Formats: sequence, C-alpha cells, structure tokens
Amino acid sequence: MHQIQVRGLTKSFRIAERQPGMMGALKSLFHREYRNVEALRGIDFDIGEGEMVGYIGPNGAGKSTTIKILAGILVPTEGTCVVNGFVPWQQRIEHVSKIGVVFGQRTQLWWDLPVVESFELLQRIYRIPDSIYQESSDQLIELLSLRELMNMPVRQLSLGQRVKCDIAAALLHRPSILFLDEPTIGLDAITKEAVRNFVKQVNKARKLTVLLTTHDLGDIEALCDRVIVINNGQCLSDGSIDELRGRFGDEKRIVIEFEDAPKLDGSHRDLVVEHDGSRVVFHANQDIPRFIADVTSRYSIKDITIENPPIETVVAELYQDAS
Amino acid sequence: MTTVALASYVAVASTRFRTLLQYRVAALAGIATQIFWGLLKLMVLGAFYEVATTPPPMSFEAIVVYVWLGQCLFVLLPYNIDPDLREMFRSGSVAYEMLRPLSLYWHWFSRTLAFRTAPALLRLIPGLAFALIILRLIGLDQWVMPLPASGIHALAFAVSIGFMVVFSVAFQMLVNASMFWLMDSRGMVNLSAGFVMVLCGMIIPLPLFPDWLQPFLYWQPFRALCDIPFRIYSGDIPVDALISHLALQCGWSLAFIGIGITLLNRAQRQLVVQGG
Repeated sequence: MHQIQVRGLTKSFRIAERQPGMMGALKSLFHREYRNVEALRGIDFDIGEGEMVGYIGPNGAGKSTTIKILAGILVPTEGTCVVNGFVPWQQRIEHVSKIGVVFGQRTQLWWDLPVVESFELLQRIYRIPDSIYQESSDQLIELLSLRELMNMPVRQLSLGQRVKCDIAAALLHRPSILFLDEPTIGLDAITKEAVRNFVKQVNKARKLTVLLTTHDLGDIEALCDRVIVINNGQCLSDGSIDELRGRFGDEKRIVIEFEDAPKLDGSHRDLVVEHDGSRVVFHANQDIPRFIADVTSRYSIKDITIENPPIETVVAELYQDAS
Repeated sequence: MTTVALASYVAVASTRFRTLLQYRVAALAGIATQIFWGLLKLMVLGAFYEVATTPPPMSFEAIVVYVWLGQCLFVLLPYNIDPDLREMFRSGSVAYEMLRPLSLYWHWFSRTLAFRTAPALLRLIPGLAFALIILRLIGLDQWVMPLPASGIHALAFAVSIGFMVVFSVAFQMLVNASMFWLMDSRGMVNLSAGFVMVLCGMIIPLPLFPDWLQPFLYWQPFRALCDIPFRIYSGDIPVDALISHLALQCGWSLAFIGIGITLLNRAQRQLVVQGG
C-alpha cells in the first residue's frame, strides 16, 4: 500500500463572472453568471514512502489545488485519495498532524511573535512532547542555521530567512510527508542551495516523503528522482527526469569551440544547430565517438562539450504540446 | 469532535492574549473616550430622571451601574473583527489554519476569546478606578458606581460576566464564519454591531424601552451581553430570578455555539483558496 494514493481526483470551482464596464457591474447586481473551472480532471498517481517527487506544470495547471486537496484544505469534486491511511478531508485533524506543508508565498508563523515563540506555540498546538521538541528544534536550527534568527519577530525576517523558518516550522512535529509548494520562489542562489541541501538531508535521514511543486527546474534536478507533469488538470507524464528527457527532449547536443571559425563541409554542415563564429553546436543523434574523432582529425579544436538538452526546453515543449 | 487536548487551545489563546497586552496606549485612549461617553449618558439620563412624572422602571443607582459597567466593558462586545483574521481571509493564509490539528471552530474561538478579553482587561483597571474612586474624590457622588447589591449578587455577576464573554465570542464566530462567503467582513460587522449595540442595552438600558417592547427585549439573545450581568450587579434582578437569568444566558451561548459550529463546518466544505 502506497503512502499517497490518488485516484481520479477531480475538482471544479464555480466562479462568478462579471461583464466588464459599468453595464456589466449593474447587470451582475441582478443576474450573476457563473462559470465552471475544471482545475483537476482526473489525476492518478501513487507515491511511496521516502520518495521525492517533483510536481510541475505551467501556471494554473492545478498543482496547488492538488496539494491543497492532499493536505485536507480542499474537498475534491470527485475521486479519492488516501494519505497515510487517512482520507484528508474526512479525517482532517488526524491527517494534518502527520504532514508538514510549506507554501513558499505564505507564512505559517505568527507575524508579530519572535520565531522561537512561534515554534513553542506550534509545539503546544501539535502537542509535541518536550524531549522530542528539543531534539527536533535543535536539529532544525542547526541544519538551517537559524540560531541568530530565533529571537527576531517574523515581520523583520528577510524572505530567505522567513522561508527557512517556515520549513523548520513544518517539520517540528516530525511529519512523515512534507508538501512544498514553490519553496524556492524568490530566493537567491545561496539560499536556494541551502534549502535544497536541507531537504535532501532530511529526506535521507528520516525517510521523509517529499512532494514538491516548483517552477524552478533546478529544484527538480537537484532533488527529485521522479517528476509528475500536469497541465489543464491532467497528468502528462510521470517518470524519472531522464525518461522525461528521452520522451520529449529529443537528443543531446555537442558544442565545439574551434581555434578559428571553421569551414565545415557538407556532412558536418547538415548537423549544425547554431553557428556563432568559432563556436558551433551540433545535433548528436549520430554515433558520437565517431563524429568527434572525425571532427578532431580535420579541424583544430579548443574545447568539446556534450550537453543534455536543458530541462527547461524539454518542459517548455511538453507544456506547448499539451495546450 | 474535539479530539485534541484543551492545552492546545489554551496555548493559542494565551499567546494571542500576551501579544494584545502590548497595546497599552490604545487602551488608555479608548477608556478616555468611554469615560467621556459615560458622563454624557449619565447627564442625559439624569435629566430625564429629574423630570420623570411616573416612577422610572429602574433606580438611578442601577442606571449608574449600567452605564459604568457598559463603558468599562464596552470592548467585550462583538463590535469589530480581529484584523489578523480579516487579513488571513484576504491573503489566503486561512489555508494554514486548516493545517493545524485543531478544530477550526475552537481554534478561532480561543483566538477571539483572547482578542476580546485582553483589551477589556487593559481598559477595566483605569475605567473602574474612575467610576469607583476618582468620581468620589472630585465630589460627583451621585455618579459614583455603587458596589454589588449583595454577596450573592456579586457571585452571580462573576458567573454572568463569564457567560457574557462566551456569548460575545460565540456571536463573533458567526461574523467570522461569514467571511468564508463574503470575503470582506466590514459590511457584516457594521450591520451586526448596530443591532447588537441597541439590543444588548448599550445605547439605552433595556428596561427604559417602552412597555410593549419589553416581552420581545426579554427573550431576544443579546440581553446576555449587557442587560443581564449589569442588572445582576445592581440588584435590579432579584435573588430569586438569578438562576433563571443565568440559565437564559447559558442557553443562548450554547445555541450560538451550535450555530457557529454548523456554519463553520459548511464553510470548510466549500472553501476556495485562490492562486499560489
């Protein structure tokens, strides 16, 4: 039995619409028009204990809606999911004490309390025994280097500091699953790296299951063995990053830096993707060793690199194909 | 429903309470306004009492108690909304509230309880000092608030204030829950505060309303807020009617808690958290 089981999850919202302008405003006083928005149209997946799964898709694809349903905040229109043996929206209180959630764009800390008081309040809300609380909080403070922040009111923290505190706060009660909804949004490179390393560490150390939504594919490459791609409320793909590349990003590319701008002959010219002075990018759907041997024997070369197609390109293609 | 120990809710309330105790200057400014209005009310009512041709339905001492307790405890009434809660609805952080292993109703009940009582405590001390002591020192003896009518009245008053707070928070919870549908609470707060202020006796003590309105005023719920506790203090409610009045307060409180729980349960089922 998987730790998270999602079957045919469907969610539609009814949204009141208004025609633009004064007439529209007046009309809506008497007659409201509603539109059904299908945020999710039948999502299925399973996630096992200790997995780190990236959940990606363009804006409005239904990522946050899925997380909110799994976290017990929203009730789906149809379909089921079972998390840790609970149906989240039916057994909300039991369920939420075993999960941690971080919404990168919102804080769960108390705005005018020092971080340490927020943590202590969480201890009492989740009824964490003192010994466990001491151990978890010491560990989290250490790993995320929060020591100097503990006595600052949350409103004075920078975004990076705030996100780190939020992640710590979500783990104090030792949940078995961590939902991260765009955790690295707006963070600088160093903080991003710190957050990624931290998530990797807790995943290893505690077999913590992580479901991560993000637009930063660096997060996915750094953390996830598996990626689920959704668009328009449907699953487009579910597999490892390499599978995703193989399925959608067609091929590797070879970048060669020549000594001088080369005069390429026919068979080589056909493979060129980009030609920029002495730097040339080739397709690589051929026999790579032979191609390189051939090129190096004929031209004088400074440098060769073989690249995977950037994951951004793969994903952009995927989003485009679907819409 | 409540599977979680009381301690969690106490922690929520006491943290919020401590935070709110910081606003001392606001409390001082508030009570100054209340005292001004109290004096004004006493002058107006006193003038009416002087020219009354028939004996008024309540003694002037009882009026003095009614006015001063009303002014000192004004902030216990559900006249505004916790700005933090409003912000939560506006920003969508309300989602986080559902992630706590707490019943949403009792979680917010605890918060609101702190939000109501902390400012009241801050205002009570200078307010009572003025009504009990300062007025006497400056020689305005006719406006000095008397002590409770008897020991038993004092005891019943303490219980009654407890019910007043519970009722006030229970009513506030209905307004809080309405934000799930309305997004903006201001209209609801202004509308409900208008009704509450008149029906609890804060504007004019309820016994002074015309006789034909009295049966209605007696049975409507908002008496639980000012009318019952204040008239218990002054002894206007006799000893043999104390129990029935406390029972009335208790009944209304339980009824409003029941409505609130039902409403919030329905609200949670149809919650929409947009964006992000």
